[in-house]
Amino acid sequence: MIEKTAAELSQALSSGEISSVELTQSYLDRINKYNEELNAFITVCEESALAQAKAADEKRANGDASPLLGIPLAHKDIFCTNGVTTTCGSRMLHNFVAPYDATVVENFSAAGAVMLGKTNMDEFAMGSSNETSFFGPVKNPWDTTRVPGGSSGGSAAAVAADLCAMATGTDTGGSIRQPAAFCGITGFKPSYGRVSRWGMIAFASSLDQAGPLSKSAEDAALMTNVMAGLDKKDSTSIDKAVEDYTATLNDSLDGLRIGIPKQHFAEGLTAEVEQGIRDALSEYEKLGATVTEVDLPNNHLSVSAYYVVAPAEASANLSRYDGVRYGYRCENPVDLEDMYKRTRSEGFGDEVKRRILVGTYALSAGYYDAYYRKAQKIRRLIKNDFVEAFREVDVIIGPTSPHTAFELGAKTDPVTMYLEDIYTIAVNLAGLPGISIPAGIANGLPLGMHIVGKDFGEAKILNVAHQFQQHTDWHKQKPNFGQED
Amino acid sequence: MALDKSEVEKIAQLARLHISVADADEVANRITDILALIDQMQSVDTDAVEPMAHPLDVVQRLRADEVTETDHRDELQTLAPEAQDGLYLVPKVIE
Amino acid sequence: MEWESVIGLEVHVSLSTKSKLFSGTASEFGAEPNTQANIFDLALPGTLPAFNEEALKMAVRFGVAIGAEIGTRSVFDRKNYFYPDLPKGYQVTQLDFPTVGKGSLTITLEDGSEKVIGVTRAHIEENAGKSLHEEFSGQSGIDLNRAGEPLLEIVSEPEITNAEEAVAYLKKLHSIVRYLDISDAIMAQGSMRCDVNVSIRPKGETELGTRTEIKNINSFRFVEKAIHSEILRQQEVIEDGGEIIQETRRYDANKDVTTSMRSKEVANDYRYFPEPDLLPVVIDESFIASIKSELPELPDTKKARFMDEFALSSYDAGVLTATREMAEYFEEVAKSCGDAKLAANWVTGDLLALLNKNDIDITDSPIQAQRLSTLIGRIKDNTISGKIAKTVFESMIDDSADVDEIIENKGLKQVTDTGEIEKLVDEVISNNPDQVQQLKDGKEQVLGFLVGQAMKLSQGKANPGQVNQLLREKTKQ
Repeated sequence: MIEKTAAELSQALSSGEISSVELTQSYLDRINKYNEELNAFITVCEESALAQAKAADEKRANGDASPLLGIPLAHKDIFCTNGVTTTCGSRMLHNFVAPYDATVVENFSAAGAVMLGKTNMDEFAMGSSNETSFFGPVKNPWDTTRVPGGSSGGSAAAVAADLCAMATGTDTGGSIRQPAAFCGITGFKPSYGRVSRWGMIAFASSLDQAGPLSKSAEDAALMTNVMAGLDKKDSTSIDKAVEDYTATLNDSLDGLRIGIPKQHFAEGLTAEVEQGIRDALSEYEKLGATVTEVDLPNNHLSVSAYYVVAPAEASANLSRYDGVRYGYRCENPVDLEDMYKRTRSEGFGDEVKRRILVGTYALSAGYYDAYYRKAQKIRRLIKNDFVEAFREVDVIIGPTSPHTAFELGAKTDPVTMYLEDIYTIAVNLAGLPGISIPAGIANGLPLGMHIVGKDFGEAKILNVAHQFQQHTDWHKQKPNFGQED
Repeated sequence: MALDKSEVEKIAQLARLHISVADADEVANRITDILALIDQMQSVDTDAVEPMAHPLDVVQRLRADEVTETDHRDELQTLAPEAQDGLYLVPKVIE
Repeated sequence: MEWESVIGLEVHVSLSTKSKLFSGTASEFGAEPNTQANIFDLALPGTLPAFNEEALKMAVRFGVAIGAEIGTRSVFDRKNYFYPDLPKGYQVTQLDFPTVGKGSLTITLEDGSEKVIGVTRAHIEENAGKSLHEEFSGQSGIDLNRAGEPLLEIVSEPEITNAEEAVAYLKKLHSIVRYLDISDAIMAQGSMRCDVNVSIRPKGETELGTRTEIKNINSFRFVEKAIHSEILRQQEVIEDGGEIIQETRRYDANKDVTTSMRSKEVANDYRYFPEPDLLPVVIDESFIASIKSELPELPDTKKARFMDEFALSSYDAGVLTATREMAEYFEEVAKSCGDAKLAANWVTGDLLALLNKNDIDITDSPIQAQRLSTLIGRIKDNTISGKIAKTVFESMIDDSADVDEIIENKGLKQVTDTGEIEKLVDEVISNNPDQVQQLKDGKEQVLGFLVGQAMKLSQGKANPGQVNQLLREKTKQ
């Protein structure tokens, strides 16, 4: 049962085949058994999960038929959860018990979903391998010597290893899509502004966006139905009607115009990933789609621009961690300066500090124009590239990552790590929706296909992803990990 | 652009981070590498390009001027490393 | 050498919104520490700003009032620095695109002359909290009630040349923001604060000298004194062959000197950039037009109208329009009693003296406008004389009874009964035969003395006109 999609579980729950309490207990048992090895969860909420499950069963008995009622999920530990430790993967917040719920958390509670716990992540979502977490790296269930991707690595590993039915994540430069690709699951980043950022701990405010990690595109649609919508507490949350994303999942792809960016099929892409994506494109052609090449001439600058914009915003966003009102404070500060510096140096890990320094530098007197302003201009060029491309095509498809999951500790050089996100980052800079779905297995590891839509075109890419999953079974492939049950 | 140790020290001060003497070279080198990546931007002429601060081309919403929050001081101060008499305590602020 | 000084003011006023600039937390003065500090105000992780509409309207109201260009697209920026009273580690402000652009206001100087002072800009920003330095075993206590309160920072052009102009400018700003009802602007409470930039140069020189900034001065008088003392200091430094260092200074009122605050910061770099949690604030012409249409009558217009409508002198009209409350008080008295001249005399005279003496605000005046108007009415209808009115006025301060009741109870009603006055006059004539003779001989000055005697006899209650007339009639015989 635990391997099923949320949509399937929803049916099992409504048919009475299983109760939410039973289902929740099975996931908790699996977490108890396997989390030690995977390190996917930072916090497990056994008691409250069972209480929520019981409440969900009662609601169902009283006629509530909400699609996600009683479905166990995990939240990335970047979302504030009232009364539950919210660490953001950092020593800085290792003891921070949030006094309020993020809007995303509140929305899932209102939908009756059961929160199993909080998943591990790169510290403050800064990383592409989940190795920067203060709570240790997460292992990829497909091969525990490999990384699950990041920063939503705990969520991706938990979904892939069936430690939960679904999970939330956040994506600033690829942090939902890349771990989804590495773990063989579906990971969806909606358009910027579609999901409220209230209560989601900020990394880079103009890039961060929450989204689902799930076992299918259909589940992603069900979750997005719950997550999306206007939230007046977030000024960047858009006032635009939320569609029922499940309504168009079965639309025909006949006549769909797929664009493939030539820049994404160039140097750096491994042969096995390229093959997987090309095969998937043939599958689409069989469904009536046409495939043409599109040009994203400024794509190669996206990582450069991103590593100005994101660290700059982060350098300010992380200034609030000063040891005054909450979180970590160093022992026995001799004076105020000492308190600031030691609190921040001891509370933040190396990668976070590095990005704060880069961001501080990029904004400092004399460099603003050359770095920050320049990056904003490049950002415009990147957005314009997409606008141009979408005149000719409905969706853009390519690989999510140049390769499959790499070994833990393999990439120690930050720049090499940053280039991990070469295919996903431009989408955040432009604010577009993007989804990664499993599209093959190479050398025993899953590979991800990246589908990008127009502004607020989430329904279309969910439809395109779902149709692929209706005609292939890559998304049903499971790692061997934890299969002895 | 290569960054030397003194510049690293300057930005670390602005960011209130302490970098030990032992780490300074390593940090300077890493950041220099990152700046080299960033500097690829300089290859494009962007003189005529309007900077884009935000992916959304929409405007700020206005909030009605209403008091919607109530006092939760005691609860919120349980989060504080040090508080007394309703105040957050820090090492003496010298003005 | 003769010197001239160049002064620019940066004035912060707290906008009197109900809630904070970016959160729904109350923004009242004087609450218990940190009881007005909620999750956003404390910069808890994950919290986000939501912009207060009223703060925008208040800023625009100010802009329209000083004839400024209104930024139809204003942008918030983050100003980054670490300080324990700044929870986010950055202050949200407006750097390049403020809500209010160039405008101006007219100040009136002691000698009655007017001068136009340019306002460079006025931008909306957040206030910081407060550090309390009492001993907490060598620590400081942080109160964040004020953190996130909306401020309007109003920056003047460096067009002020002396302390008197600076104070006149400040008072004018104070008056305008209070007329507009956008701030209490109470300097002692910090809802109006002033930073002063001062530089000097040889008279006639066009280049600006190096300036210093005197921070956080909290009274009009201290602004005046701080400027005087800073100008003198700069002159001495230069005349001794020294150089002025561009720096921040503070004014020590006890010693009447400014002192350097250099110790505080090593070259600051605020790393401003557009606040990504907020979007550009866009307002259209109709928004501005509607605020314009709701604008109250402002001090300059009101003064002109008072001069015109009530035939007041420029000086009186100036005094009476200095604050909106004063103007409203006066106008109520004037309209209700129907004698603007008398109303102006009473308000600028006895009433102001009373208020100043006891340091009371006109809104808390023990004598409300309606009562003063009744009092003036009683002078006009001859119930009491102007002189007795002063006695009644004194009684009215502590006695909240009806004006007529006071007059009645104290027996202050003017005697107009001819019979009674005749008795008085007769008594005076018989008591002062010498003077009566002198008057009969044509010594007119004596009449005043005799009238005075009659008034004295009546304890001031006799109608002096009637007394005068009767005395004349009787001494002619």
